[in-house]
Amino acid sequence: MGKKVFLATGSILGLSLLLGACTPTAEESTGERAEPTRTVTLLSPMTGEQKQQLERVLAPFTEATGIEVAYEGANAFATVLPVRVESGDPPDVAMFPQPGLLQRFAQAGELVPLDTFMSRTQLEKSYPRQWLELGSVNDRAYGLWYSASVKSLVWYNPQEFQRQGYSIPQTWSEMMQLSEQIVDDGKIPWCLGIDSGETTGWVGTDWIEDIMLRTAGARVYDQWVNHEIPFTHSAVKNAFEEFGEIARNSEYVVGGVVGVLSTPYGDSVNGLFRQPPRCYLHRQGSFIESFFPQDVTLGEDADVFPLPPMSEGEDVPLLVAGDVFAMFNDTPEARALMQYLASPKPHEAWARLGGYLSPHRQVSLDTYPNEVTRRQAELLMNAETIRFDGSDLMPPSVGTGTFWSGVVNYLNGKELDRVLQNIEDSWPEES
Amino acid sequence: MEILGRVFNVFLAIAVGSGGVIALFIALNYAVERLPYKWRSRLLPWVFVGPALLVLGLILVIPTLITIFYSFFGPATETFVGLKNYIFAFTNNDMQVALINNVLWIVLVTGVSVSVGLILAVLMDRVSYEPIAKSVIFTPMAISFVGASVIWRFVYAYRPEGDNQIGLLNAIVTSLGFDPVGWLVERVNFLGANVLGTTALLAIMIWLQTGFCMVLLSAAVKGIPKDMIEAARIDGANEFQIFWRITIPTIRSTMTVVATTIIVLVLKLFDIVWVMTNGNFGTEVVASRMIKEMFKFNNYGRGSAIATILLIAVVPIIIYNIHRFRKQEENQ
Repeated sequence: MGKKVFLATGSILGLSLLLGACTPTAEESTGERAEPTRTVTLLSPMTGEQKQQLERVLAPFTEATGIEVAYEGANAFATVLPVRVESGDPPDVAMFPQPGLLQRFAQAGELVPLDTFMSRTQLEKSYPRQWLELGSVNDRAYGLWYSASVKSLVWYNPQEFQRQGYSIPQTWSEMMQLSEQIVDDGKIPWCLGIDSGETTGWVGTDWIEDIMLRTAGARVYDQWVNHEIPFTHSAVKNAFEEFGEIARNSEYVVGGVVGVLSTPYGDSVNGLFRQPPRCYLHRQGSFIESFFPQDVTLGEDADVFPLPPMSEGEDVPLLVAGDVFAMFNDTPEARALMQYLASPKPHEAWARLGGYLSPHRQVSLDTYPNEVTRRQAELLMNAETIRFDGSDLMPPSVGTGTFWSGVVNYLNGKELDRVLQNIEDSWPEES
Repeated sequence: MEILGRVFNVFLAIAVGSGGVIALFIALNYAVERLPYKWRSRLLPWVFVGPALLVLGLILVIPTLITIFYSFFGPATETFVGLKNYIFAFTNNDMQVALINNVLWIVLVTGVSVSVGLILAVLMDRVSYEPIAKSVIFTPMAISFVGASVIWRFVYAYRPEGDNQIGLLNAIVTSLGFDPVGWLVERVNFLGANVLGTTALLAIMIWLQTGFCMVLLSAAVKGIPKDMIEAARIDGANEFQIFWRITIPTIRSTMTVVATTIIVLVLKLFDIVWVMTNGNFGTEVVASRMIKEMFKFNNYGRGSAIATILLIAVVPIIIYNIHRFRKQEENQ
């Protein structure tokens, strides 16, 4: 309540300071056209190349309906959006990189539920149940999933694997044996870099979430994400330690721990393709292929296998992330855009551009431009257990706060029990 | 056409904006002039100061009071939590590290930039190429903190041994035959704070601010009467004695002003830490913690409490400064 008063005074002041600066440009620009331009405003964290791709995907929509999409890309999306909503100026439609923030707005009643203009059957035909639930609050769907990213992937260079006689590990211990064998050959098995500027830490938390899914199972994973078990629980500690076996072992990672902490995540994968290779294994989500050097051919120099389960025959759980659209203002233009996004058309268009996976059911596997991407889409379709990136679902002070910095501190040599206690203490009492 | 329209609008806005202010003053002045003489002298100052005070009150005083008010509430500023946010600010491990780091920042940045600035000011007073040398040292001042941080990222950049070092410092270190150093990452601990990393960060601030100190102190040094120094020389004082006994005491008040400016700047600093390490590796500072609580974790209560603490930390410095100003005024 109080914040709104504060922001309102602020904006009144801003206005009065600018005095006559308000301009009637909207009317001017339409010129002679009889009908005013119909627009829908869209806020998303996508900038740069991703933004251009999004615009290409949205172009057919504007052509077909005559509705302009006023696109705004904000790097600090998670900061900008709440401020815009608080000040009563939300975009018509927003693209969330995390369902947590979407759910918070849905609970606060700021979002328009999809069932007001879309049928349940239409949604269920388009999206798998697990994805729909991630965009729902109190059984009402708010989110339309757009892109998906599979995180439980290990990238490797098949040519180098063949040359060295290495084979793809089927279990976690086989993967550790392979690492040991690579060390014995006088080489370094893993490329791992977690530096990501303001968001440093997520690479590490992804690893731990993936390990949690494998060592503790999906049920404990859910309890952990919902804070039904404490962060100091032995299962969490175990996952940190398994991660430490690789990341804190100076023989296993390029540059040792200092290398892990100071290498940008986008650069670290390049070690796979160097001559001679700096490393042989790199665990990272599907999106990392956009960071590959120009001359790398997917399928020839780079391929993936799923991060193996703990023991043979076990199902391979997938850790995923994705982008989801939700609607703030109920206008006909916004509805039209949401209808377009729910159809397979834009998904297929982006799939053809490459570097993209869709959670949409009606997108055929043949749409994907190459074998490696197709394999990832297949993994996504066939996986029995799918879990969303846990740190994105936790409250921000934990998920993007102490959990991120906790992983960094753990790698940086801080005692694990204190790291876990610190994360546990930061969990907010009121939700 | 559209662009022309916009340009026109901008000019119109400026004209109406500043014209309006001038018209307001003229109108109020005119109204006061009509009043009887006794009232006139009393009201006139308020006509000119009043609008400024009003604006200041709206954009400074009211938000400050609201911030202090919010600091006693929970994350969504709905439930009253008493002093809990303040207890958090002093007991939370990350906050304690940030507080220790801030002390380190204040002592080192203020100490080094003021003393180096002073030494440069005195030395440059004696060389013929003074303007050029001064502008070179002053130039970093024109770079924003974020810009400077990006530059210095390349100074401290680390690549694993065997890779090409793209960082200046590591290029030097490896060419001398040593292993590359993770300047920001490798911890030299002191009460949980990372001394090497923090020093690497505050060096950026020193680089940025030394020029500012030098320019102000140089003006003060030039203001020292030449005959005073002459007299000291005749009495047999050497250069060091002149520096300690004459230069420093004479420009002390300027030094205080410069030092307080730097301290206030350091207290609100967050951008360098934000860009370089995001507070990781034990390099957090209080202001970056505030931004995180406020805008990343949406905990307005804690953010406000930290803001209030920063405000309180500045108060004694401001009071001391005002006190000094008053004394100076009296002396004149």
